[in-house]
Amino acid sequence: MTVLETKNLGIDFGGLHAVSELNLKIEQGMLYGLIGPNGAGKTTVFNILTGVYKPTFGTFYLNGENLTGLSPIEINKKGIARTFQNIRLFGNMTVEQNVMVALHNEFNCNLFESIFRLPRHFKVEKQMHKKATELLEVFGLSKEKDVLACNLPYGKQRKLEIARALATNPKLLLLDEPAAGMNPNETAELMDNIRFIRDNFNMTILLIEHDMKLVSGICDELTVLNFGTLLASGKTTEVLNNPEVITAYLGE
Amino acid sequence: MKSFANFFKTKKTLINVIFAVLLYVLLFLSFNKSLPLEFLNLSRTNQSLAIKMSYYIILAVSLNMVVGFLGELSLGHAGFFAIGAYSGCLIAKLLVSMGIPSVPAFFISCIIGGLAAALGGFLISSSILRLSGDYLAIVTLAFGEVIRSFSKIIPGLGGTIGLMDIPGFSSRTVEFTCSFILVVITLAVFKNITNSTHGRAVTAIRDNTIAAQSIGINVKAYKIKIFAISAFFAGVAGVLFGYYNNNIAPSYFTYNLSIEVLIMVVLGGIGSIKGSVIAAIVLTGIPDWLRNMGSNKFFNFIADQRMLVYSLVLIIMMLFTSAPAFINFRKKLFGNISNKFNFKNKNKKTAEEVA
Ligand SMILES: Nc1ncnc2c1ncn2[C@@H]1O[C@H](COP(=O)(O)OP(=O)(O)OP(=O)(O)O)[C@@H](O)[C@H]1O
Ligand SMILES: [Mg+2]
Repeated sequence: MTVLETKNLGIDFGGLHAVSELNLKIEQGMLYGLIGPNGAGKTTVFNILTGVYKPTFGTFYLNGENLTGLSPIEINKKGIARTFQNIRLFGNMTVEQNVMVALHNEFNCNLFESIFRLPRHFKVEKQMHKKATELLEVFGLSKEKDVLACNLPYGKQRKLEIARALATNPKLLLLDEPAAGMNPNETAELMDNIRFIRDNFNMTILLIEHDMKLVSGICDELTVLNFGTLLASGKTTEVLNNPEVITAYLGE
Repeated sequence: MKSFANFFKTKKTLINVIFAVLLYVLLFLSFNKSLPLEFLNLSRTNQSLAIKMSYYIILAVSLNMVVGFLGELSLGHAGFFAIGAYSGCLIAKLLVSMGIPSVPAFFISCIIGGLAAALGGFLISSSILRLSGDYLAIVTLAFGEVIRSFSKIIPGLGGTIGLMDIPGFSSRTVEFTCSFILVVITLAVFKNITNSTHGRAVTAIRDNTIAAQSIGINVKAYKIKIFAISAFFAGVAGVLFGYYNNNIAPSYFTYNLSIEVLIMVVLGGIGSIKGSVIAAIVLTGIPDWLRNMGSNKFFNFIADQRMLVYSLVLIIMMLFTSAPAFINFRKKLFGNISNKFNFKNKNKKTAEEVA
């Protein structure tokens, strides 16, 4: 089953064709890599897929449903969640609260029920607490659950962002450079985490990464972008051995 | 019954309830001049001041909900106060003339005045949602003035003279009890909002709007809801003011009032409910106490020109908290003490402690 499909997706910023004619097809349960040199347009693709930018051309589909032009909130509700290249946690909230707040659409109670402390309020708090605990467990963050997010070390902040995205119950998870700033140990742990999510949450994952060890280690398929256009696409090993790709990365 | 049991589940709630009851008993006794220590019994002026403080507390706490909690600058709080006062007091006059006793009439009017103000809050916030920061401040400021101008020309509101003969309470004790109840309800509602899934959502919006949207938090809806609830309580405060003053007029609802309440919020600490309560009490009390200190010209000047004094205090506060030279000076003086009083991070362990 195809989870994500983009058709001739493109966006212009003024005269700059940041992304053009992008066709992706990602199957259920796949770990898909999006790579390319700096400024290739990778993050821009994520911003289109999450509704931050409206594409100038083309359309994209999640499980066959056209999501082009929806707002970030609607797209998240439809099942696409993301992390950010420059971490965007809720710094003044604790680690646990960061995850709990992402559960608010799944376990919802209205303002009235919270104000008057009706039973539903307590039930929802309990459910959120339970689910957040489970998610933090997966990423080894249980011990830090009462730490303010801004006080977490960098590598754990990245993991917390993934946990938070996962808490919204997505069908497709977009990770923007999840290993950036991590040391080799943390990266290895992260790779295990990502595989674990894929297998246990039945997740489809699209990730941007510069760390080639991570990419070749976990990605089933790759797409390489260069100057906003598709340079190569296919099985990871094939793509990484493609002479054009090597040139784009290493120069002539 | 189950939700009642839940209510007391947390120790903190219980402590707050006990504190409120004790405070009420103490104030009740001091209102009725039955405390053993003479000076604890409130004089007539101080009794009246206590009511004034109540509606200022409600105003400050509700404004803090927008300024501190939601993180939007609003300068139109007097507008909501006015809407609540006019609509609530009209209803109250009607109810009392129909023979309904003044206390039930008061609470019904509070609800109606609050709802009218909330409607105003809903309309203004949903129409100016795309604005934020300075622009929002300007529009809300204008909104307050527009409301005041309309109150002069809408038939039935008494023009510049305003509404007269608004029903009052039968005694100071009743009046005080009713306003105490309103203050407690206001505080409880805002505490319950902040300590809930909605509180987390709003904190998330304030911390990082883009990330909040990425996890499906409806930013607009929350802004509207918080604006409306804040306006509701400003409206309730307006009804209390009407009952207290027995007369309301456009001249009471100038933007000076909005600024005064904003100063309470800022001085009490943006985002701190406790701080707003204390600042409302102190800033309402000081001018009155100064004026009652006899015919000292200096004190009278300060009491009359308090807006001037507030602005000086604000400038000094800003320097004290933001100017590097002052910060260094403060650190030298208080150094470790200020760390201990860092309320925001209280109970929150740092990463190092855990590891
Ligand atoms: N909002 C915007 N307005 C104008 N130009 C933009 C905007 N967002 C991105 N761009 C441009 O689009 C191009 C692609 O940027 P993008 O952030 O997608 O690159 P990237 O592949 O994620 O690079 P990196 O590996 O450095 O993160 C860049 O030239 C960038 O300057
Ligand atoms: Mg990028």
